[in-house]
Amino acid sequence: MIKTDILIIGAGPTGLFAVFEAGLLQLRCHIIDALPQPGGQLAEIYPKKPIYDIPGFPEVLAGDLVDNLMEQIKPFQPGFTLGERAETIQKLEDGSFIVTTNKGTQHHAPIIAIAGGLGSFEPRKPLIPNIHQFEDKGVAYFIRNPDVYRNKKVVIAGGGDSALDWSIFLAHIAAEVTLIHRRNEFRGALDSVEKVQELKKLGKINLITPAEVVGLKGIDQLEAAIVQMDDKTEVTIETDAFIPLFGLSPKLGPIADWGLEIEKNAIKVDNTLDYQTNIPGIYAIGDVNTYPGKLKLILCGFHEATLMCQSAYQRIHPNKRYVMKYTTVGGIHGFDGSVKEAPKAVVKAIE
Amino acid sequence: MTDVTITITDREGVTHEVLAPTDMNMNLMEVVRSFELAPEGTIGVCGGMAMCASCQCYIESDHALPEKGDEEEAMLSEAFFVQENSRLGCQIHITPELDGLKITLAPEE
Repeated sequence: MIKTDILIIGAGPTGLFAVFEAGLLQLRCHIIDALPQPGGQLAEIYPKKPIYDIPGFPEVLAGDLVDNLMEQIKPFQPGFTLGERAETIQKLEDGSFIVTTNKGTQHHAPIIAIAGGLGSFEPRKPLIPNIHQFEDKGVAYFIRNPDVYRNKKVVIAGGGDSALDWSIFLAHIAAEVTLIHRRNEFRGALDSVEKVQELKKLGKINLITPAEVVGLKGIDQLEAAIVQMDDKTEVTIETDAFIPLFGLSPKLGPIADWGLEIEKNAIKVDNTLDYQTNIPGIYAIGDVNTYPGKLKLILCGFHEATLMCQSAYQRIHPNKRYVMKYTTVGGIHGFDGSVKEAPKAVVKAIE
Repeated sequence: MTDVTITITDREGVTHEVLAPTDMNMNLMEVVRSFELAPEGTIGVCGGMAMCASCQCYIESDHALPEKGDEEEAMLSEAFFVQENSRLGCQIHITPELDGLKITLAPEE
């Protein structure tokens, strides 16, 4: 069981910054995120795009902002449970909580801060009527262990980097790789596009464009994919696996069933005080919350995270007195023993 | 500046006539959100970067719209429920030429 002071759900900018504000109050944090890397939307959707409204940064790339936040919170040694989705919550008699992920990892904390943004990212599934029937029986939306495709026939669909990259990778181990996309153009790194072109010429990748997988066949296990060409004719391709890679889209997911008050696909919080939800001890900060006048801005998430931490401190230490201290005055005292401090002024007489 | 009239059929099939400002640097997706014609969280999910297809709509009048850019083409090529007249609302800026435009929101994925 992982134990911490504040369990943060969501490793986007708001969740990451909460670690910093908590650290100033000597509170430790652990973060759960469904994605394999920290950064949330910034890392997953638009790492190379600029943001212009972070105070003090006239322009910063989303990916760089994440890197900076990771650097900023490093002294406070946050724990991470990445690639797992927070699934269930249990309230204990002492008022603390146990949050369990979809992989069974348990986390125990007196305070939960949901910084879940738009929700957890889940694969976009193509609208093929019987696709669910073949999930884990040939159909996969993620490639967890590429080795299962060794010497197998694989059909990949999609037009982005992941479709290109996996086609390239599997071309070396699978018996046959077919890449299908609705148009001739691919949206991916130039390197990858050129590599696929080359593998196509070598006969290692069977490229079918513009075309679309419209049906799946098989009895128990997937046996074939039905591909519709641009002129509406259909061809059947024998295959052991179908891997549609159409990107990810966010869903609020299991958090919606935690008994929290939900409005407009977001969690209602008390914005007059501390961004606490209707369940004492559970807070919601950043894009995942709503209140009158809410704006889904990173800078608002930072503010909400800061107030949330002050409130969390009082819940954890009801009898301790505390006043907020400026970092310029108090410095940064990391849990790793590191200290950052403003240099002392030099006092020297002029003769 | 003048406003333009746009007719929007929502995902429930209800038709709304709305006035959209041409001077606020708004796009069609934002107009839909500003009139709350689709629930928050179901439209404009990526914020307007042509990186999701939650603002997909079908153009039902014969207005000459600006051509699709590469990013819009790419996204529509991976979207679902795509038709000949599909566009991403976030890529269509509100200009005086759009007066009288008629659109229907595509189903939620």
